[in-house]
Amino acid sequence: MSNANNLETPRPAPPQPPTPVSPPAPVSPPPSAPVSTSASTSAPTTTSPNQEISPVGRHFTMRFLRNELRITFFRRRNQLLLLVVALFPLLIGIGLKAAAPHGGGGGSGPGSGSAAFFNQLAGNGVFLTFIALSLLLILVLPVVVAILAGDSIAGEAGYGTLRYLLTVPAGRTRLLLVKYATIVAWCVAAVFIVSVTALVVGSILFPVGPVTLLSGTTVSLADGLVRVLWVTLYICAAMAAIGAIGLAISTFTEHAIGAIAAVMILVVASEVIDNIPQFATVAPYLPTHWWNSFDSLLRTPIDTTTMWHGLLSFLVYAALFVSIAWARFTSSDVTS
Amino acid sequence: MSATKLPTSMGGARLPAGEAPATHTPRPPSPPGPELAIASSGLTKRFRGGQLAVDHVDLAVPRGSVYGFLGPNGSGKTTTIRMLLGLAFPTSGSAQVLGVDMPAGAVRVLSRVGSLVEGPAFYPYLSGWDNLARYDAADGSVAARTAKARIGTALDRVGLTAAAKKKFRNYSLGMKQRLAIAAALLTPRDLIVLDEPTNGLDPQGTREVRALVRQIAADGITVFVSSHLLAEIEQVSTHVGVMRTGKLVFQGELAALRRTAAPRIAVRTPDPTAAAEVLRKLGLPDPAIGDEAVTAELGDVQPESVTAELVKAGVRVRGLTVESASLEDLFVGLTGEGFDVER
Repeated sequence: MSNANNLETPRPAPPQPPTPVSPPAPVSPPPSAPVSTSASTSAPTTTSPNQEISPVGRHFTMRFLRNELRITFFRRRNQLLLLVVALFPLLIGIGLKAAAPHGGGGGSGPGSGSAAFFNQLAGNGVFLTFIALSLLLILVLPVVVAILAGDSIAGEAGYGTLRYLLTVPAGRTRLLLVKYATIVAWCVAAVFIVSVTALVVGSILFPVGPVTLLSGTTVSLADGLVRVLWVTLYICAAMAAIGAIGLAISTFTEHAIGAIAAVMILVVASEVIDNIPQFATVAPYLPTHWWNSFDSLLRTPIDTTTMWHGLLSFLVYAALFVSIAWARFTSSDVTS
Repeated sequence: MSATKLPTSMGGARLPAGEAPATHTPRPPSPPGPELAIASSGLTKRFRGGQLAVDHVDLAVPRGSVYGFLGPNGSGKTTTIRMLLGLAFPTSGSAQVLGVDMPAGAVRVLSRVGSLVEGPAFYPYLSGWDNLARYDAADGSVAARTAKARIGTALDRVGLTAAAKKKFRNYSLGMKQRLAIAAALLTPRDLIVLDEPTNGLDPQGTREVRALVRQIAADGITVFVSSHLLAEIEQVSTHVGVMRTGKLVFQGELAALRRTAAPRIAVRTPDPTAAAEVLRKLGLPDPAIGDEAVTAELGDVQPESVTAELVKAGVRVRGLTVESASLEDLFVGLTGEGFDVER
């Protein structure tokens, strides 16, 4: 898409977001309107059945979303992506099993980063989840999210289906919401696939029992699994923020590959800057800075401060970039 | 059963139609509402580079008409259509479709407008059926439970029932075009916008599209069809608009355009000067004397009276013909000879 509006003249207001109640049209009762005879006999009727049903209700938006989800998760390319994601925990598990020191050294005290998880793994298979998540978080999960998010609008533009969706009419705001909801669902699916396969592989290859946390305390297996769930959800939120960035970039191009690459460059650049001490002052504002903050969930007592900072960062990034996507998408010409 | 059905020749692989679901009920021929299906005033689009693609176009497309939107490639037809459909925002000017302002009312009005813009576009990895289901699901104005009937009817209408489960990427060019037309006819429409519907089609496909346009129009649906070839749509249009470098240079009934092509009479004779004198006496303006021939604009004069007068005056007549400028000639006269040369 390219914004081809003239700068000399005021740009028309972007299309209104679909609302459940649309005002009656001033004119034009539709043709197939046997109802209108009962509505008014003297004056021409100002409402029409089309307008009664055309407001885009929640129900019909759900139908659109269901269709989008079905197309996304049934698409062969996407299924392969999720399969590849599922293979990583298996590979990591097998590799660590082969390299694990015999006898195991569970509970070797507090540590930081995935290095600490590695020590715990031999003692408890649950830790494979944390290892897999923190390893895949560096590149694999962002790639998988970027592929879908970068493709979301740009892919439709590339196929030319965007112009037909908009003339159906899907409504620009509604289409954007459906796309972002699907991206979030995709993030949740990808992250949970990592967690679940890691749990399964970990419980097969390693002993499972009460979980010794990074702080040295031991909690029950059930408590450990709840912490796995929280960590998984935290990473879902981190990915959803990246998804919003991808959605926004996707509205600026009709080349999906370009949007996907842009998201990846952004992620990698953010990770690099985050690791340069001289940039410490800007580090907290980077989109990737808080990704690994979930390790506080693996200590007692749980220090929630960094996690809340992280969640706030994800929320701000998501809100900001969904807004950018909306502003761009509802005001630009569709030329594909 | 809807009257909007393609001739069987189009549906090479058509199954017996069976009973059409009642999703496409017959409609009164002329729907109430504004008299103009499409109206625009001063519609202008300037691209970011500064190029004026559409320059103060005032369209008036009457309800129930078949409006041929003509012009060479690059004359601004597609940009105009994109503005009418809310895909592009005008730089200035306004447009109403079915009485609703565009692009502000796009979501409200477009469910009553079927369109085919710049060729078919579908998801190559989905089947024909799933592609239509996709567009159907995106339409917030229709219910899910009638989707199957809608899609089935639409596919049947274009003869794609047998290919419904085939992936779109395996469709032939003609099948892709037919699927696009099926999508445009998914729900009952008041207006169909077809942008170059015959692009890339073979002569048979072109004829099928023409037949389809006729049938849509017979249902009382307004058809707005663009083309760079006059011959393709002059047989079906009731009205025409002609674009040239972004400007609408003619708009009106096709008959009015025909009338501007005044017929000329040509007399082949060895006595051109005498013949010219006779023609002048009959009131034909400025006969042009050529080598053994005289031509003049015929006006209201009957050709047979010209013959009689020539004979009476003793002019030796070898041949006498009445020539009308073809619409094609008129069209070329309006739009200029070459494509894109003025851009």
